[in-house]
Amino acid sequence: MDLHFTADEPTAEEQAAVDGVATLIRADGSKRTYLLPVLHAIQNRIGWISPGALNYASRVLAVPPAEAFGVADFYGLLSTRKQPPAVAHICDDIACKVKGADQLCAAMEKLHGPEGSSADGKATWYRSPCLGLCEYAPAVLVRTAGEKPNDQLLASPKAIDVETAMRGRQIPQPILSSSVPQKGQPGLKLLRRVGQVNPESLDDYRATGGFQALRRAIAMGPGEVIREVMASKLVGRGGAAFPAGQKWNAVRLTSLPRYLVCNADESEPGTTKDRVILEGDPYALVESMIIAGYATGCEQGYLYIRGEYPLSARRMEHAIRECRSRGFLGDNILGDGVRFDIEIRIGAGAYICGEETALLNSIEGNRGEPRNKPPFPTQVGLFGRPTVINNVETLINVPHIVLEGGEAFAAIGTAGSTGTKLFCLSGHVARPGVYEAPFGVTLRQLLDMAGGIAGSGKLQAVLIGGAAGAFVGPNDLDIPMTFEGTRAAGATLGSAVVMPFDDAVDLRGILLRIASFFRDESCGQCVPCRVGTVRQEEILHRLHCGKPLSSPGGEVVLLKEVGQAMRDASICGLGQTASSAIESALARFPVFGGKP
Amino acid sequence: MSTQNAPDLTTPVPRGPLPILPPPRPARTVEITIDGKVVAVPEGSTLLQAARSVGIDTPTLCFLENLTPVNVCRICVVEVVGSRTLVPACSRTVEPGMVVKTDSERVRLSRRLVLELLASSVDVSTAPQFQEYMRRYDAKPERFGTPAPPAPTGERDASHPGHHHAPEPSHAAAVAQSVKIDNDLYVRDYGKCILCYKCVEACGTDAQNTFAIAVAGRGFDARISTEYNVPLTDSACVYCGNCIGVCPTGALMFRSEYEMRQAGTWDESKQTKTDTICPYCGVGCTLTLQVQDEKIVKVTSPLDQQVTHGHLCIKGRFGWEWVNQK
Ligand SMILES: Cc1cc2nc3c(=O)[nH]c(=O)nc-3n(C[C@H](O)[C@H](O)[C@H](O)COP(=O)(O)O)c2cc1C
Ligand code: SF4
Ligand code: SF4
Ligand code: SF4
Ligand code: FES
Ligand code: FES
Repeated sequence: MDLHFTADEPTAEEQAAVDGVATLIRADGSKRTYLLPVLHAIQNRIGWISPGALNYASRVLAVPPAEAFGVADFYGLLSTRKQPPAVAHICDDIACKVKGADQLCAAMEKLHGPEGSSADGKATWYRSPCLGLCEYAPAVLVRTAGEKPNDQLLASPKAIDVETAMRGRQIPQPILSSSVPQKGQPGLKLLRRVGQVNPESLDDYRATGGFQALRRAIAMGPGEVIREVMASKLVGRGGAAFPAGQKWNAVRLTSLPRYLVCNADESEPGTTKDRVILEGDPYALVESMIIAGYATGCEQGYLYIRGEYPLSARRMEHAIRECRSRGFLGDNILGDGVRFDIEIRIGAGAYICGEETALLNSIEGNRGEPRNKPPFPTQVGLFGRPTVINNVETLINVPHIVLEGGEAFAAIGTAGSTGTKLFCLSGHVARPGVYEAPFGVTLRQLLDMAGGIAGSGKLQAVLIGGAAGAFVGPNDLDIPMTFEGTRAAGATLGSAVVMPFDDAVDLRGILLRIASFFRDESCGQCVPCRVGTVRQEEILHRLHCGKPLSSPGGEVVLLKEVGQAMRDASICGLGQTASSAIESALARFPVFGGKP
Repeated sequence: MSTQNAPDLTTPVPRGPLPILPPPRPARTVEITIDGKVVAVPEGSTLLQAARSVGIDTPTLCFLENLTPVNVCRICVVEVVGSRTLVPACSRTVEPGMVVKTDSERVRLSRRLVLELLASSVDVSTAPQFQEYMRRYDAKPERFGTPAPPAPTGERDASHPGHHHAPEPSHAAAVAQSVKIDNDLYVRDYGKCILCYKCVEACGTDAQNTFAIAVAGRGFDARISTEYNVPLTDSACVYCGNCIGVCPTGALMFRSEYEMRQAGTWDESKQTKTDTICPYCGVGCTLTLQVQDEKIVKVTSPLDQQVTHGHLCIKGRFGWEWVNQK
């Protein structure tokens, strides 16, 4: 390829940052797949992606600079304009909004000036979508660039803590186990080690049953493992509710190589469950990925972790390194000739990259734009090869299925939703956090487990499934929290977000935030979603400030038409669900001219 | 037009012997039902091809015969019975037994909304085909409010992914902005850009392999850009003009056309189109010369041109100023 570059040259630091990643490039593989890691390295070193650094990165990876720029400019955590080295991303998304996020933003504004500006040139701040730490609302991500870059996800910090973190100092964080209020309770499966077993010790993992399932799986053989997963009726936990066994089976007759991808992008507002696993039981995910890779004939796995989870990334990196050095990853796993290894990719602030095909594009070094389906990833996936992609929680069920058998697993829960489920409780509950319960538990039971409604104590509405989910009311608490139960109630289980709001919350503010979220997170590829999410926000905004274009009724008609076009004609699930929570609220509550 | 120093274009370019190709494998045909009609088309055909084969005219914006389908505009969506969502006809291939509706209420609503969403945010005044679709689907973009005035120069190029200003109740957000004029050959008026990706494809692997432009930004702030929005003269652009050739809205325009339009002298009723062969090299591209007042004002090439499918290089596209010099 004949590439053309502008005259901008990299500095020595920028060059070193790029070179540090470039050593990973393998002769037989794609260079471009290292674009996102290289951009991260530059951002972490100098705090933004400068033209000289981008030129150098493009040269090393043989990517046209216009395309590399298009990739860098896609992600919220990368900046293509000069900005101060310390940046605080203050979550003002729904769970944090009802827990004082706006006050924290006001404090930031006082110290640094309006969002994005910097009084001293050293630090700035931005509002952020959900950071996945909703049980500690309001949450803040502080990133400091430099020789020793540091990212910290802060649990309900005060403004002074944010300031201290922006000066590069470490802020002590609450222990993870308090994100799991059920810790230590008997009967937990997926959460049994979280907060109980040292997540950095491979020996402790093994001492608590670790790698037994892998040994058993290798004894069973790939076909048998897939049969058990099919018998378990395990359904994907990432939101799309697709049967895992069916997906695995679909790649069996495809040609090699194939890839396994674990989706740890967890960005659906309100969702925290995968983070708790990544931080609290990282070896379990490694073991699960090895079993999945073994069963589906994939020798290379990718783990895509959202960029807002620095501790998760560190724990997973550590676990993978340990496993590699102890023979649990590599060319001859457990001495049985099994080959499998895992490469981590860190996201950079884009909800859409959780969509499976956008995620594949992101790994490949392209913009995180979803692909049209069909073909499905099992046919044409990563680097054009057959690919199995599963959510973190889906995968960590697999060792249990292997050990206890598919049928025993299927006996837990309901006919259509088998096994146990992780639920993410936040908003107005007394004890927010991640809860594990067998499928079949009702919404009321979950709220009770979490100590009941906090705030005023009077429930107004519950958001189920996240921003792409639906609102239900106080009369809907007997909904069984299963795939089929939520569907029958006109909602969706989604990523198992359960977020109640007390009667003091202005639901209109929540709906406006959701509309704003989708406008920000649309990849911009297709018209219904790119412009529809803008128009949806505008309509709600006009209704909110009492300036309807025609009449309030006319605006609602317009809103519904936009909703239908987004649902029917968008490429991916983002656009298809961008109106669901809003429409569900209008159908149930007297907001914006909805049901009185 | 002076023909004094022009080469003689009447002699046909001699052809070499045609390569001998193996006979194509007979394609299997697939039967589907479109709007109640049973249609048999070769396996691998798209729903668009199938619909066209029975005379059903399906609107397209981002599709072009000489480019890989990107299926982003969604104007071509049709209803496939059993599918949860509508599907893009331009890229979805036929499957045996498919039952397709191309003019159902759902289809019409989505097509109308696509047109309204675009026309309420983009200047479509130089996109005649688009306007014809608007009439066909009775699109009323004004339902979404008055489009916002042009953004200050550079503002849209400096957007921050994941962040936007709160909406203005008085305006519908729009992509209006000043025209980018940074070279003598063509202008870029991204206030007219519907983001169909065609120019990016033409500049990339579908034709030119130059990669001077790409999509930057995200969501409504997504836009066509060079790296850091540098002028074309600092970019990789080689001025083949193939992006202009595929642009459906006039966002990319010959500088000559742009200036005549500004001066009010552009008059298509006074223009003729003449096909000829490019005199410069052995490829022998077909040129369609658009002539007004004895001056070439624009050069295009037919999409069905066998060798280059409508793509040209800088010489054929822009190298005719000497013809205009009397
Ligand atoms: C906008 C959007 C965002 C998504 N985000 C995630 C995510 O963060 N994590 C996830 O596992 N799945 C996410 N998904 C679902 C994935 O596309 C995919 O279905 C899932 O990763 C498959 O894994 P599973 O079958 O194990 O659930 C998202 C889907 C959409 C449309
Ligand atoms: S629906 Fe939205 S996020 Fe999905 S491809 Fe279209 S524009 Fe991108
Ligand atoms: S400039 Fe023209 S061809 Fe390029 S994306 Fe915009 S409308 Fe399409
Ligand atoms: S347009 Fe360019 S490639 Fe085509 S015949 Fe003319 S000089 Fe040759
Ligand atoms: S961390 Fe703020 S809403 Fe989730
Ligand atoms: S023409 Fe099919 S999506 Fe644009």
